Amino acid sequence: MKKRVPMQTRSPRERVKDFSEVALGYTKEEALLEAERCLDCKHAPCVGGCPVEIDIPKFIREIREGRLEEAAKTIYDANFLPGICGRVCPQENQCEARCVRARKGEAVAIGRLERFASDNHQSEIRKIAPDKEKVAVVGSGPAGLSCAAELAQLGYEVHIFEALHAAGGVLTYGIPEFRLPQRVVDSEVGRLLALGIKIHYNTVIGRTKKVRELFNEGFQAVFIGSGAGYPKFMKIPGENLNGVLSANEFLTRINLMKAHLPEYDTPLKKMRKVAVVGGGNVAMDAARSALRIGAEEVHLVYRRGREEMPARLEEVRHAEEEGVRFRLLANPVRILGESEVSGIECQRMELGEPDESGRRRPVAVPDSDFVISCDAVIMAIGNHPNPILASSMPELKTNKWGCIEVDERLRTSVPGVYAGGDVVTGSATVILAMGAGKKAAREIDAYLRSRHAL
Amino acid sequence: MYKIVRRRNLNDCVTLFEVDAPEVAKAFKPGQFAILRVDEAGERFPLTIAAADPARGTVTIVFQIVGKSTRKLNALQEGDQILDFAGPLGKPSDLDGLREVCLVVGGVGSAAGYPLAKALHDEGATVDAVAGFRTRDLIILDEEYREVSKLYLVTDDGSAGEKGLVTDRLAKLLDEKKYDLVIAVGPLAMMQAVAKLTRARDQRTVVSMNPIMIDGTGMCGGCRVTYYGEVKFACVDGPEFDAFGIDFDEAILRSKMYRREEREEDCRLL
Repeated sequence: MKKRVPMQTRSPRERVKDFSEVALGYTKEEALLEAERCLDCKHAPCVGGCPVEIDIPKFIREIREGRLEEAAKTIYDANFLPGICGRVCPQENQCEARCVRARKGEAVAIGRLERFASDNHQSEIRKIAPDKEKVAVVGSGPAGLSCAAELAQLGYEVHIFEALHAAGGVLTYGIPEFRLPQRVVDSEVGRLLALGIKIHYNTVIGRTKKVRELFNEGFQAVFIGSGAGYPKFMKIPGENLNGVLSANEFLTRINLMKAHLPEYDTPLKKMRKVAVVGGGNVAMDAARSALRIGAEEVHLVYRRGREEMPARLEEVRHAEEEGVRFRLLANPVRILGESEVSGIECQRMELGEPDESGRRRPVAVPDSDFVISCDAVIMAIGNHPNPILASSMPELKTNKWGCIEVDERLRTSVPGVYAGGDVVTGSATVILAMGAGKKAAREIDAYLRSRHAL
Repeated sequence: MYKIVRRRNLNDCVTLFEVDAPEVAKAFKPGQFAILRVDEAGERFPLTIAAADPARGTVTIVFQIVGKSTRKLNALQEGDQILDFAGPLGKPSDLDGLREVCLVVGGVGSAAGYPLAKALHDEGATVDAVAGFRTRDLIILDEEYREVSKLYLVTDDGSAGEKGLVTDRLAKLLDEKKYDLVIAVGPLAMMQAVAKLTRARDQRTVVSMNPIMIDGTGMCGGCRVTYYGEVKFACVDGPEFDAFGIDFDEAILRSKMYRREEREEDCRLL
C-alpha cells in the first residue's frame, strides 16, 4: 500500500485530438481502495496544508464507509468549488505534501478523492434569504466566488460585478477543457450563485462604475478579487509581429470564445509550428491547446531546466506524452519575421547560483544563439494584476508590481475595501485565491458587525 | 441583454443604433468605446460610442458593415436585443483647457469624433472639423457636425464638398493657424497621413486607435501598439495617443492579423 491507486487517463494519441478531459477520475472501487490508505491521523497534518481547511480525514473516512453523500457534504462545507479544486489544485505541494504516508511512500491521493466525492454527489443547495447589509464583490474568479459564497452564507446580500460576459474568471477563460471541463465550472459556479448571489456581467469596475459609486449605491463593504490577468511580454524585438500572442489571448479565444469550433465567429490564427515561451501551468495549457487545434510541432521554450519549471509535474508529464518538445535552458532574444512570425531566436542558458526564489539563476552562454522556425509564438511568462480598478482609485495603495497592498486582515488602504487572491499576491493558485476570498469574507463580517456594536 | 430602442440607416454601409445601456450611458465620456457580442456564437468586438444620454439611459453606437459580426449586428432591428454590451472602455479624451481644435475624421471615424466635437463645443472651444468620405452617398453625421463645428467636407471624387483628401484641407487650415490640438479619428492610413503632415508643421496631434481586441480590459494584449518604442495596450493606455509616438506601419500590419482567417467583403467607406 506504499503506492497510490493510479487514476485512469486517456491515451496521449487519442486525447490530443480533442479538448475532452484527460484524467478520467476514480471509479468507486478505485476510490474505496485509495481511501483505505488513509491512516486517519488524529493530528491530521493534511488539513493544515489546505488553504480552505477541508476536514480531509473525515471525508476520506466517509468515502471508505461508503457514505458518499456525507463525504461530498463534508468537502462542500469548506469548499464551494470541490470539483474544480480536485482537478487543478497542486495537492502535491499542499495537503498531500503533509500526508504522513508521503514519508515512506506516496501520499494519499487526496485531490483525486475530492474529485471523486464531488463528481459523484452534489450536496443540496439552499437559497439563503439575506438579512444583512449589501456587500459588493469585484470579479467572479476563485477569490470573488469564494468570498461571495461565504458572505451569502453569513446572511449578507452579495452582488458580484464581472467584467466579462461569463462567470469564473481564469477558470472560464484560462484553464482549458481537457484539464477542467467547462461543465464542471458552470455547475459549481451555478450552484454557488444559487445561494442567492446576484451577478452583474459586462460591468468593469473602474470604468462602468467606480468603487466609490458602489458605496453610494448602498454597499457597505467591497471585496476586490479582480485577479492577475494583464499579460506580460518579454520586451524583445519582433514581439508585435503578427502571430505573437499572449497565452491569455490564445486561451481566451479557445476557452471563452470557442474560436476552435466552426460554429463560433471568433477567429483563431492557423498555426503549424508553435513556440510557447514559459514553464508554468499556463505554458503547458497553451502548448497542449496548440496541439489540439492542429499544430504539427509545438516547442516549449523555457530558460531554466526541468527541475525549475513551476508547472505541476503531472502537467509537464502530460505535455511531454502528447508530444510537446521541451527546449530547456533556452531564452528568446528576438522574434523573426517580416509581418508574420517566421521563427524565434534563442540563446542557450546554463544554471548559475540560486536567486531570491531559490531556483538556480539562468545565465546566458555567449555566442550560443539558435533559431526555432515557427509561425506562431505564445508568450506564457506570467501576468500582472489588471491596472484598471487601481488607476480609477488613487487612494488605493498598490506596490511596484501593481498588486494591491493589504494588511494581515486583508484590508486595503481604503476603509471598507478588502482584497485577496492574485490581485494581491500576483499570479498564484486557484486554491490560495479561494482561501483569501474566504478569509476576507470573515474579516468583512467582523468589520460590519463591529460597526453595529458602536 | 441590451435592447435596441432606435435604428437609423445612415447609408448602405453604416448603421446607427441607440441601445438601452443605462450604466454605460451614465459613465461615458468622449473618447471611450464599448465592446459587444451580438449572440452566443458571436465574437467580442469594440465599437465607437457616438453619443450617450444618461437621462434616457441609452448609448448611441455607429458601425460600418465590415465583416460577419457587424453584418450580424446590422441584421438586428428596433426592439431586438444585443446579448452583451460592456463599457465604457478606454481612457476618456483629455479635452481640458483646449480653446481651438481641429478634428480630422474619416468615414465611420466621424462617429467616434462627434462626441469630442460636441463636448469641445459645449465647453466653448472653437472646433474646425475636416470630414472625409469616399463619395457623397457615404457622408454621415454632417448635420450634427455643422451644429457644433465649422465643417469642411472632403470627398475623394468631389461629389460633395471639396475634392481631395482630408490632409489637403488640413494643410490649408494649418497654413492659416495653429491649433491647441489636432485630433484624428479614422482609418489608420488617414491618421498616419495626418500625423506626417502635422509633425512637419510641429502641430500637436492625437489619434484614436481601434485595434483588434477581445475583452477591452487589458486581458488579451491583442491591442498592442508600439508607442515611442514601448508596447502599450490600446484598451487600457488608450485608445487615444500622441500621434507622433505611434508606429503606424506596425499598426496597419497588425490590423490585418486575421485577414486570412476571415474572408469577408469589406464595405468601403473611404
